[in-house]
Amino acid sequence: MANVHILVESLKQIFASRLQHCELVNGEVTITVLPSDLLDVCKALQQDPVLKFEMLIDLCGVDYSTYGHDQWTTTAATRQGFSRAQCDDIEESNAYHGDKRFAVVYHLLSITHNRRLRVRTFASDNDYPRVDSVVSVWASANWYEREAFDLFGIMFVGHPDLRRIMTDYGFIGHPFRKDFPLSGHVEMRYDPEQKRVIYEPVSIEPRILVPRVIRNDHRYLLSDHEPDSQHTSKQDS
Amino acid sequence: MPELRNLTLNFGPQHPAAHGVLRLVLEMEGETILRADPHVGLLHRGTEKLAETKPYNQSIGYMDRLDYVSMMCNEHGYVLAIEKLLGIEVPVRAQYIRVMFDEITRILNHLLWLGAHGLDVGAMTIFLYTFREREDLMDCYEAVSGARLHATYYRPGGVARDLPDKMPQYQYNKFRSDKEIDRLNENRQGSLLDFIEDFTNRFPTYVDEYETLLSDNRIWKQRTVGIGVVSPERAMQLGFTGPMLRGSGVEWDLRKKQPYAVYDKMDFDVPVGTEGDCYDRYLVRVEEMRQSNRIIRQCVDWLRNNPGPVRSEDHKVAAPSREEMKADMESLIHHFKLFTEGFCLPPGEAYAAVEHPKGEFGVYLVSDGANKPYRLKIRAPGFAHLSALDEMVRGHMLADVVAVIGTQDIVFGEIDR
Repeated sequence: MANVHILVESLKQIFASRLQHCELVNGEVTITVLPSDLLDVCKALQQDPVLKFEMLIDLCGVDYSTYGHDQWTTTAATRQGFSRAQCDDIEESNAYHGDKRFAVVYHLLSITHNRRLRVRTFASDNDYPRVDSVVSVWASANWYEREAFDLFGIMFVGHPDLRRIMTDYGFIGHPFRKDFPLSGHVEMRYDPEQKRVIYEPVSIEPRILVPRVIRNDHRYLLSDHEPDSQHTSKQDS
Repeated sequence: MPELRNLTLNFGPQHPAAHGVLRLVLEMEGETILRADPHVGLLHRGTEKLAETKPYNQSIGYMDRLDYVSMMCNEHGYVLAIEKLLGIEVPVRAQYIRVMFDEITRILNHLLWLGAHGLDVGAMTIFLYTFREREDLMDCYEAVSGARLHATYYRPGGVARDLPDKMPQYQYNKFRSDKEIDRLNENRQGSLLDFIEDFTNRFPTYVDEYETLLSDNRIWKQRTVGIGVVSPERAMQLGFTGPMLRGSGVEWDLRKKQPYAVYDKMDFDVPVGTEGDCYDRYLVRVEEMRQSNRIIRQCVDWLRNNPGPVRSEDHKVAAPSREEMKADMESLIHHFKLFTEGFCLPPGEAYAAVEHPKGEFGVYLVSDGANKPYRLKIRAPGFAHLSALDEMVRGHMLADVVAVIGTQDIVFGEIDR
């Protein structure tokens, strides 16, 4: 555990004001940086002998647009009791990410020091999210960035070959965005008359089997869980 | 000398050596590879998006279907992430069971890899041998969960149920002679642990058999030595983990370095290669099977002597037993809530990684406090390995591509997710 505290200290020392946020929760260190600082921070993370994060284990996009939305009111009952039906968009609550929609999360591993680090950066433009590519720092970022581009539509500036990777040839849209329906927009079948495979709009109605519920009554939160989390630094830059 | 032309070759998606649905576009000069461009995603099912629409418990089954030859290890990664965020304790017995089945899974995976890799490179016999042992191990899966492949056995807070006291036996039937059935049932007379112990006694001899077939085989060495060499620095750059990283000479095993479950109580060695070629990775994996066998033995001994609960008593997360549910009102409510709404995770995020047979399998969970994950990212080891295929096969011959795909231990369930 001491290892992690040393990491937090050295991160604060090395990056100082470039850290927007640095927190230690459950033994995991997360730092948030501005997309403009990202490439420099990543280079330092990889090369600095104190940090030495040689491996990029994972890179993924996150769409925070519906963070904290639930589909069923659980806090206040009406006179008839709780509502039976789920409804979309009750209210927007505790969106800690501000108005930024897309984030890219990097999971780094230092083999030398046996430590992990999570780096997060929020793309500044919600309509055309752009983040610098880290392929020049870690070669493994190549496919991960292609995946994040494919599924979330995040553009990685400086990527050598930013093509779709997961979805079909000729696919339209970015399927992991929260506004993309689970069933998609088109379905495919073989048409015996035209003797070829055709695409048509989906025929299934989207439905929700179990509504998304956020319980705020702390029944599920264990008492010893919270004190572990500490916001060690919070700076605006 | 005739004029040589570059040609582009389409390899797969339907090709027996492509290990599933890999489409490779190969740019070649004669028989030499200039560039390989893997096209993946043909098995993309959107597991991560599907998981966002389901309560946590209902996604365990999807984890089996990621890497469909090492099912329980995937589940382990997923339940670890949930447990980390919830901060619940798992009973020790459940942790031993998990470790035992993780290692059974590792042997299962390596056996399939060894058979398929041999077959790709031209060794037919090894395939028949390894599938003989896989049968026994899949019977263990079946005995404990009822399914031979997609077990859904690990649950947040423990495992689904305790190990059975009686190993299921073959019934007499008209397809096999009674003598044959008796022979098959010989080591199934006792409990599941007896059966596993019997297996661990037999298994080292089997590994010797595989090694007699391959390790000094001239053709096998010609096909694997010096093929797909990756230096340790490059392996780290490319995000290699597991046997791919250890084959290059980096001593890195999460079971030793960042132990989870009860791996810190286990006595085992981590094999490391020196050259970083296909042959070293083969040696590493074969030795890993022997080490897994050792770990299983230790787990069997411990599990024999230490009965106890296998699931957390926290009924907000783990369902109460059937009897309790029928007798007690509160248990009934817990049961109902768990199977309709599921449980909520505190807001936050967690990354849990396990040493999967193929490398580091990680699960990154983002929760906003709901009963479903806000975002689930699965870090599949094969994805990083396959992305390095281009670099590994450049300058090699076409036949070596098959050897490199084999050595990477590619399974498309996890790469495409």
